[in-house]
Amino acid sequence: MTTDGNRDASQKRQKAMISDHFAKLSRAKEDGKKVVYTFVPGNLTELLSAFDVLPVLPEINALQSGMRGRSGKYIAEAEKSGHSEDVCTYVKCDLGMLKSGNIGPTGEKLPPPDLLLLSYTGCFTFMKWFELLREEYQCPVVMLQVPYQAEGEITPEMRKYVVDQLRNEVIPALERLTGTKYDEDKLREKMKLSARAEDDLVAVWESARHKPSPVDGYFGGVYYTGPIFSSFRGSQDAVEYYRELREEVEARIARGEGPTTPDGPLGNERYRLVVEGPPNWTNFFDFWRMFSREGAVVVASTYTRVGGLYDRGFRHSPDNPLESLADYCLGCYTNLSLPKRLDLLEHYVKEYSADGFLINSVKSCNSFSVGQLLMLRELEKRTGVPGGFIESDLVDPRYFGKANIENRVQSYLQMLAARMQRRAS
Amino acid sequence: MTPFDALMARAREAVDDRHLDRVRAWKQEHPGALAIGHMPIYSPRPLLEAIGCLPVAVFGGGDQIDVIRGDAYFQSYICHIPRSTIELALHGDLAPLDGMVFPAICDVIRNLGGMWKMLFPEKWSGYLDLPQNFDHQLGGAFYASELRRFARELEARGAKPLEPNALARAIAEENARRAAIFELDALRRDEPWRLRASEAYLAVRAGSAMTAVEHTELLRSILAAARARTVRKLDNVRVVVVGAFCEQPPIDLIVTLERAGCDIVADDLQLGMRMIEGPIEGETIEALARAYIDRGAATASRYIGDLVKGRALIERVRAHRAEGVVFAAASFCDPALLDQPMLETALQREGIAFTTLKYSENTGQFQTIREQAGAFSDSVKLWGGAA
Repeated sequence: MTTDGNRDASQKRQKAMISDHFAKLSRAKEDGKKVVYTFVPGNLTELLSAFDVLPVLPEINALQSGMRGRSGKYIAEAEKSGHSEDVCTYVKCDLGMLKSGNIGPTGEKLPPPDLLLLSYTGCFTFMKWFELLREEYQCPVVMLQVPYQAEGEITPEMRKYVVDQLRNEVIPALERLTGTKYDEDKLREKMKLSARAEDDLVAVWESARHKPSPVDGYFGGVYYTGPIFSSFRGSQDAVEYYRELREEVEARIARGEGPTTPDGPLGNERYRLVVEGPPNWTNFFDFWRMFSREGAVVVASTYTRVGGLYDRGFRHSPDNPLESLADYCLGCYTNLSLPKRLDLLEHYVKEYSADGFLINSVKSCNSFSVGQLLMLRELEKRTGVPGGFIESDLVDPRYFGKANIENRVQSYLQMLAARMQRRAS
Repeated sequence: MTPFDALMARAREAVDDRHLDRVRAWKQEHPGALAIGHMPIYSPRPLLEAIGCLPVAVFGGGDQIDVIRGDAYFQSYICHIPRSTIELALHGDLAPLDGMVFPAICDVIRNLGGMWKMLFPEKWSGYLDLPQNFDHQLGGAFYASELRRFARELEARGAKPLEPNALARAIAEENARRAAIFELDALRRDEPWRLRASEAYLAVRAGSAMTAVEHTELLRSILAAARARTVRKLDNVRVVVVGAFCEQPPIDLIVTLERAGCDIVADDLQLGMRMIEGPIEGETIEALARAYIDRGAATASRYIGDLVKGRALIERVRAHRAEGVVFAAASFCDPALLDQPMLETALQREGIAFTTLKYSENTGQFQTIREQAGAFSDSVKLWGGAA
């Protein structure tokens, strides 16, 4: 997350892991490896790696394109070919990238998918996205429908539906693809490794209870979730990464240090915030600096829970691996009802002693955005903590109005400062 | 006033009943019975009727209300139907409804269901997780469990227990309604000048807050009157309208397309009433689930898993002898707008002309649409579909 060369050891490790993964992808055809495209929320990384296939996550490619300043061009390419300006820019960025040669974030060409694993979890657009990709690649798709937790709980019927689909459709599809039989013991081993990494990630999240917080749970948090949300869960690499990260965070606590920011360690924690909604990727560091330069630290965020609510107790379990995978898919943040999302935000505001909370409402993501204005009011009522609301987008640079957003953030923080001063006196 | 005009006036009155006076009257006649609203696209109305509830299709406020409070709940990039639905609810227009069903068609309607729980906690609301896996043992079994859950939850709120005979009767009544709707569609397809799309639209939508029996009676009367009326044959272009399955365009927009020279011989307006293509075979919850799995209409919110995206649309165009397609999607409607490029590609492969437009339910300016649709119909007429 530091933009200079002074990276922490965990950052260097993560960078190497990512480079290695994309290198493997670029050699997939030569190495005879099968490639499966799938989505982040509710992904089945352990199962895929138990079959020794390589995952590609189109959302990650899109956000990487956004951070590298390429998404605007890709989106324009997709709109030129008939895609509406109204719809999700992750989808358009991915399609534009495909039409522009499918060059991945490390500059290497991504292989086409041998299978699209449509893990339909918490986002309707995923379904349309893979219908669109199927049109482009003409490859098989296997659908995993994950019921929505509208009533705020996982019922036995929901779990059974997911497990039955895994057993009867997803696993047979992977067996056909790879020509290998499903090995549950291999999956159990992966799940054990996942749980170890998850323990350490939770310790990192919960370190933000300290004052000052040694981590930023949103801007920094997206780096921390990188390995566990994507291709590395269930791997020894991920276990090592999270062990190392936890040690670094614990050392920062011992030294009384704040989180790492784009401009180095944060010296003076002035505001503790909770953030709801995904970040903007096209101006990620500008956006982060709007907070870090004011001494604002995000102590918890919901975006970093789209790949699993580990801090609420979930762990991948080797005991009943398919049931555990089902619970994982069902429990992702965007698969929770609005009232449950509100409960979680309330918990974060209270447990992490937040001074305020902020909603970054992104145009692209109705799954996140619809209902956020109501959540804002309700959360203020429940916690007595003031909320802020800003609008941007995931990867469409046209929707990041820097001056406007900066004004809003500054006004919000000034209001918080005045409020904190009044309370102190 | 001709018999047909009188029936249309009756239908129009039912469509314009945004204060739900009909529902209030029904509840007075059926003390203790529940009225359950449902958002587009599809809800299992026979199940609701079987447990003594009146199903009420809710399509938002259309162009009949000014949205003021509803706008405060939604960002500018969200479609219009949730904001006008919230507006209606906050004004008390939906007060006669004892509950609401939010079917799984998109993230907006899904989250609107969550908002409903927060805003109106005293009312029942249910999210209907429609299956996207079309294996009877998988998606079918799950969907059947969803339907049973609904019946249980509503029984706890005062609905009748689900009895096999009542469900069998409700399915039979729903089948009779569907048969009448399909006859209406056939008349429109074969003699579109005899029953215009805008008229058929009113006839179907009038049933939003009617039992299947009452609606069937109205539809049968309209069919008879339409067949008997004297009308001038028109020489219009035959088109299929696609993309308007959820948020409904103002009726004037449909009329505008007609005036621009289009005979809308098929459409997906208020698709829910036609979502099951053909009769529901059987008398049980499983029969309802099977009907959805096997014969649910191909629409943007339904996963198309057979590698032939757009095939259903092309078959529809052929079956209706249509000469072109009008894509009419609500602004910010993710399902329709994400689907559209794939359907356009399928049409291009077959050399079928199409044009695209966007609307919102309260669109008030039709001149541009009229010009666009007029140019489209002219081009199809003159150059055989070179759009």
